[in-house]
Amino acid sequence: MTALTNFITHLPILSAITFLPLVGALFILMIRGEAEVVARQSRLVALWTTGFTFLLSLLIWIQFEPGTAKFQFEEHFDWLPQYRISYHMGVDGISMLFVILSTFLTPLCILASWEAIQKQVREYIIAFLILETMMVGIFCAMDMVLFYVFFEGVLIPMFLIIGVWGGGRRVYSAFKFFLYTLTGSVLLLVALLAMYFQVGTTDIPALTAFKFARDIQMWLWLGMFASFAVKVPMWPVHTWLPDAHVDAPTAGSVILAGVLLKMGGYGFLRFSLPMLPEASNYFAPLVFTLSVIAVIYTSLVALVQSDMKKMIAYSSVAHMGFVTIGIFAATQQAVEGAIFQMLSHGVVSGALFLCVGIIYDRLHTREIDRYGGLVNNMPKYAFAFMVFMLASVGLPGTAGFVGEFLILTGTFQVNTWVALLAATGVILGAAYMLYLYRRVVYGELTKADVKAMLDLEPREIAILAPILIVVMWMGIYPMSFLDIMDESVAHLLKNYHDALATRAAEIAPLGSKLLAWLR
Amino acid sequence: MSHLPSFSPAYPEIFMAISALVLLMLGVFRAKDSTNLTTWLTVGVMAVTAGLAITGTHDSLTFSNLFVVNGFTVFAKVLTLLGAGLTLLLINSWAHEQKVARFELPILVLFATLGMMLMISANDLIALYLGLELQSLSLYVLAAYHRDNQRATEAGVKYFVLGALASGLLLYGSSLVYGFAGTTTFGGLAAAIKSGPNTLGVIVGVVFVISGLAFKVSAVPFHMWTPDVYEGAPTPITAFFSIAPKIAGLCLFLRVLVGPFESMIEQWQQVMILISILSMAWGSIAAIAQKSIKRLMAYSSIGHVGYALIGLVVGNEEGARGLLVYLLIYLLMNVGTFAVILSMRVKGQYVEQISDLAGLAKSRPGMAMALAALMFSMAGIPPLAGFLGKYFIFVAAVNAGFVALAIVGLLASVIGAYYYLRLIKIMYFDEPAAAFDPPGLTAGIIMAASSVLMVVLFVVPAPLVNSAEAAAKALFLG
Repeated sequence: MTALTNFITHLPILSAITFLPLVGALFILMIRGEAEVVARQSRLVALWTTGFTFLLSLLIWIQFEPGTAKFQFEEHFDWLPQYRISYHMGVDGISMLFVILSTFLTPLCILASWEAIQKQVREYIIAFLILETMMVGIFCAMDMVLFYVFFEGVLIPMFLIIGVWGGGRRVYSAFKFFLYTLTGSVLLLVALLAMYFQVGTTDIPALTAFKFARDIQMWLWLGMFASFAVKVPMWPVHTWLPDAHVDAPTAGSVILAGVLLKMGGYGFLRFSLPMLPEASNYFAPLVFTLSVIAVIYTSLVALVQSDMKKMIAYSSVAHMGFVTIGIFAATQQAVEGAIFQMLSHGVVSGALFLCVGIIYDRLHTREIDRYGGLVNNMPKYAFAFMVFMLASVGLPGTAGFVGEFLILTGTFQVNTWVALLAATGVILGAAYMLYLYRRVVYGELTKADVKAMLDLEPREIAILAPILIVVMWMGIYPMSFLDIMDESVAHLLKNYHDALATRAAEIAPLGSKLLAWLR
Repeated sequence: MSHLPSFSPAYPEIFMAISALVLLMLGVFRAKDSTNLTTWLTVGVMAVTAGLAITGTHDSLTFSNLFVVNGFTVFAKVLTLLGAGLTLLLINSWAHEQKVARFELPILVLFATLGMMLMISANDLIALYLGLELQSLSLYVLAAYHRDNQRATEAGVKYFVLGALASGLLLYGSSLVYGFAGTTTFGGLAAAIKSGPNTLGVIVGVVFVISGLAFKVSAVPFHMWTPDVYEGAPTPITAFFSIAPKIAGLCLFLRVLVGPFESMIEQWQQVMILISILSMAWGSIAAIAQKSIKRLMAYSSIGHVGYALIGLVVGNEEGARGLLVYLLIYLLMNVGTFAVILSMRVKGQYVEQISDLAGLAKSRPGMAMALAALMFSMAGIPPLAGFLGKYFIFVAAVNAGFVALAIVGLLASVIGAYYYLRLIKIMYFDEPAAAFDPPGLTAGIIMAASSVLMVVLFVVPAPLVNSAEAAAKALFLG
């Protein structure tokens, strides 16, 4: 046993998880034969690869030591040594769970695309495997250039997934997604270059340790904000999201909502807050304002949607509004709540998109009015959909409750009004989700084509069951997730508040002098 | 014998010139068609020249200080030779297919390349002009090489008239500068400008010199000839135009700015910032509406020159390093893209419209994948080498305090990304048009190798960056 653990601890496990999907993609590239055979083999290889990647990623969860804020499983290789840019990987309590989230959702996405995708299957599968590499890479990167590479690299496969396999206005949505995100990203790049100029390295721990001057912090913060706010997305730069979601294939929407949106929140936590504490504190009211608008406005917009995917897309914006409030409230509960909310939103919104996909595959429409009374002929489906819908509403006992509750508790200590206004979002969330559920699942089963719809098949149960278990687990025993992030979040916030306190201590004597002079 | 200059620094150029004359004789006196022979011999000559340049001296002045060799010029020459050699292979296979093969073709390319080599090593305004003219005259002939084709002839004449105008601007500027400083050597000019006051005359002279050079590298607002000439000239010749002369021109441009006019940095920096911003912006915006892929590539190269010019604006070692890294990556991207464009044939006929690429992902997936990788790289999206090129340019800009310029450049790159993505959209999202013939062997190898190199160079950038760094250092030593 010790030999085994020894072997595992010396394995570059993060790189293995990151690049294993690429190896699978290479195998798929080599498959020869009839189109039908290629498609079947590609799906199988991809399922095995992503499944194995997920199991491998569970190893880091098992081996992870929760009692420390240090980065673990570190790997370090020179890339451009004289410029102090390196291939540096590692995870801490904040990023580790996002790695698991990515590896958890990808095999489910492959399964969800099993029958829905029939054209150019091989290319589709390869795009998904590349996407997984990029997603895992983002959360493992400990060098800012490396982070940026993965962060932008995501755009390539996602652009193709929306554009080639999407529906509706797929070309428009793919371009909007790409150009919106790229515009934000290049401003992040400017901030990155400016930080590199100041510190002389792009190593994330070194950047975190460096104390940037106050006025520079402001500009750097804005550069990063441009990028992460688009990614989250925050109001008013959220408009790419509903389009991208509606036109992406089901699995694309799942990854988009489940993981890609989290890259923005993660960016705030990894860069903005620890590296630029004063600017983060200074701009927190701006973030609060935009987030509160997002929570209330997009909830109202969600209420009047007639397209199911669009509605869930708007609800994503609202839920991510909670996340940004939690992050910038900067208390232990709020930040842990924000991370937890990101994880739970990742699985819950992913599951909701899968639920929409399941009935879309049968009736080929996402119009809410075209459905009704599904509980009569699809009871299993109605049950699964109900659990995920209630989790999205934030019912106690499901994953959604813990995050929202922690965020609101933590924020209340900092700003009562923000907490109060954000709480109205919870009510509105319940309104639009229950309204959706009533129209789709309850009511009379009158339409002939809806009557003919069959209940879940085994493959679909296999997709939804694991998510259902995770959603309940997160709701009933959240400690198994919160324990992991405790130390890292505490460490982050200690540094954050220390930096602010130092600054206040520097300013205070000036202030008293000024007062004395005024007297 | 002591008054004879040392020939050894110029061995590569001397070897090239003699070889070119020998090849010319060979072609004339050999009865059969010797295009293939002269092409491969020319490629061999270029390889030997590159070898001579690398192994020869890396630091010397000769011919009464008219000719300089240092690490920077060697690096630039190797890049130019690489670009010329690769495009020559494309030219050869094209000429045979079109049945317009003539043995003068490779020799003209060789003479043009010789001119570029002389430009790169010029250490005097007159030497600069001679090299530039040798290059330009060969290029005019090449543009009109397809002499029975109306558009090619038009392109040749247009290029010649406007090129002559630019040469005139350059000469006029040089004469003003000479009138002020009383010398044409770079070293003498640097000393004279440093010691004396910057009179209006010399400033006007420098602006004229900059205009002439900006014309040769097709930077906005001196770019008007580019789309027409690129569209009219035969496709592989366009590939040659877009690579080797750009590399030589930009390297020379940098040497002129940081050499003789070093102490006027405040004056020329303003001009260069404007030219750079205009090139980046116009290269991106004007490309959006193009229908012909060759015109698109013309605007794309204008945009890329704009980014490369940032390296010149910065005007220090980091800028030079960024420029060299950018140029090598640009070379590979362009040569690969033109290999794809040359493979756009339907039943033996060349097609040039962007819409002809529709559905390429289904009819020729390998070709589509190669072009997609090259386009993402041109747009500067990691993990492809094009990102590294932009990265080192913008590192130099931010470190030198040109943050606003960096932001403008990066925003222009977002606009640029739109039209590169449009190509990918047409290949991947649209329904197939007529399928292309299978690509030729040379073009196939070049497009595959260049797209694979986009990833390889990104993963292992250290050798390229280190040698560019060494070359940049050499430029600022002496």
